[in-house]
Amino acid sequence: MDYSQFLSMQAELSLLAVIIVLFVADLFMSADNKGGKGVYNTPLPVALLALHTLFLLYSLCPQSGSCHHALSAGSAFGGMFLSTPMTTIVKLTLNLGTLIVFLMAHRWLSREENLVKQGEFYIITLFTLLGMYFMMSSGHFLMFFIGLELASVPISALVAFDKYRYESAEAAAKFILLALFSASLLLYGVSLIYGCSGSLYFADISRFFPSVDALFLLGVAFFVAGMGFKLSLVPFHLWTADTYQGAPTVVTAHLSVLSKGAAAFTLLSILIHFSFNEIIFQAWNEVFVWLIIASITVGNLFAIRQRNLKRFMAFSAISQAGYLILPILGGTAQGMSSMVYYLIVYTVANLGAFAVINTIEQHSGKLLIDDYNGLYRTNPKLSFLLTLCLFSLAGIPPFAGFFSKFFVFMAAFSAGWHWVVLVALINTVISLYYYLLIVKAMYILPSETPISPFRSDRYTRAALFICLAGVILLGLVGSLYTYIDTFSFGV
Amino acid sequence: MIQIEYFLFVSAIMMFAGIYGFITRKSTLAILLSIELMLNAADINFAVFNRLLYPNGHEGLFFAIFGIAIAAAESAVAIAIMINIYRQLQNISVDQLTKMKW
Repeated sequence: MDYSQFLSMQAELSLLAVIIVLFVADLFMSADNKGGKGVYNTPLPVALLALHTLFLLYSLCPQSGSCHHALSAGSAFGGMFLSTPMTTIVKLTLNLGTLIVFLMAHRWLSREENLVKQGEFYIITLFTLLGMYFMMSSGHFLMFFIGLELASVPISALVAFDKYRYESAEAAAKFILLALFSASLLLYGVSLIYGCSGSLYFADISRFFPSVDALFLLGVAFFVAGMGFKLSLVPFHLWTADTYQGAPTVVTAHLSVLSKGAAAFTLLSILIHFSFNEIIFQAWNEVFVWLIIASITVGNLFAIRQRNLKRFMAFSAISQAGYLILPILGGTAQGMSSMVYYLIVYTVANLGAFAVINTIEQHSGKLLIDDYNGLYRTNPKLSFLLTLCLFSLAGIPPFAGFFSKFFVFMAAFSAGWHWVVLVALINTVISLYYYLLIVKAMYILPSETPISPFRSDRYTRAALFICLAGVILLGLVGSLYTYIDTFSFGV
Repeated sequence: MIQIEYFLFVSAIMMFAGIYGFITRKSTLAILLSIELMLNAADINFAVFNRLLYPNGHEGLFFAIFGIAIAAAESAVAIAIMINIYRQLQNISVDQLTKMKW
């Protein structure tokens, strides 16, 4: 056996090392051990995860000699596990997102009822991250399925994390039942694909399968339906708003960005393998056109009528998922780089918005949009930051969101989908309207009982600072897109 | 030897009985049972395809084994959540899970 293949799994192995260290540390640092007095162990997981992120970043840096490619590209287990520089970039993005989630979780985790559960939160979150890693690097349906389940089952435990709050349990029930349903649809689809092609390797399916029959198409349809649930595309979106509203805000942030981004990238890389055949390629484009248009439009229209900020962000996330998978049309290399760039920008902007929502909820318990009236008078910095993040989500020029939307539209346009881009552009204007509703509430509308001024803890401030820097700088550093573009691959 | 169509017929009936049950049942436990039916239909498919069409490898059988293991893990988490709901509502009917809607 060639042990050097484990080198290509360096990201997974180093994450596993982080998990094991945290697991052992939790034994000694948990609250029960010190006579019930809480030990806030935020610094340790954050430091370890930052170290892991730096390690991944190091493996991406251009180095002299052939060492670079040996480290960041390769395969293991006979092609079941594939690692490319592109997957490493996406893993790095998800790492950064998890880091921000850990930072903003500090105050929520230092509550009385959560003190004993801190370690569980970090470990479960990191396991979902590990599942996403395996899902994105999979070259075989078995690896893909295990990764997908490792990424979605622990999330339902996270959604139910607030044990004594009824909404949390209801959200978790809705999430786990639909996640199981979609997983079984997906599994049935994979079994049909296996029956038609005789192989479960993505590369072999395209190589050995001569023609397309109805059963294969049915299998792909089940597969797309299963992935649609994970990505919360319309018409598979009905769990989204309820789960987002009921889950703890930190978990909602994790759910809205990380699992969605990983699923979108996996979907694109699998569909690129399926595009060997003209019929499949046509069918997939036709299905996704309608899924994308429905997601963007329905997400936008339902977001307008929401009063609860977390439900609002849920519908905004549905419509953002539509933009995120817009480059799937055509499946070009340009599409992949624009999708990854969009994911990076979406991560910082959405997590920034959630960090503000979370810190306000933790300090005042308020979640309705009407409660945000007059926020600018009492908390000017927070409202300014929320404004920047919402502008970036809406795609207003100086911020990163504009460029990411521009690249996504450009990719779909050059693949020949002009009218879809037109519909998406019209929807951008609608989305601007409802994002501005919140800005209006914060700056213009007066309030008799505004949220009182407070100073958030230093971990939340660090998370907010990272998001602020990301929203402003990512738009200005143009070389990032070029850098991503050198690694992308497509049909 | 039994034709492959018979096996696939059984698994398709199981699959769609599961989907029907998922949509119509009121108790969350019955819904979980329906989901198990769907997962097992997919597992039957894997085993049958492997045995009758591609007998040279074991890919399908391994997939079925992993599918069973993952289904067990999922049910464990789902039942834990149901217990949590029962503690708060003294009921696990889906009709009661209506606090958040629209």
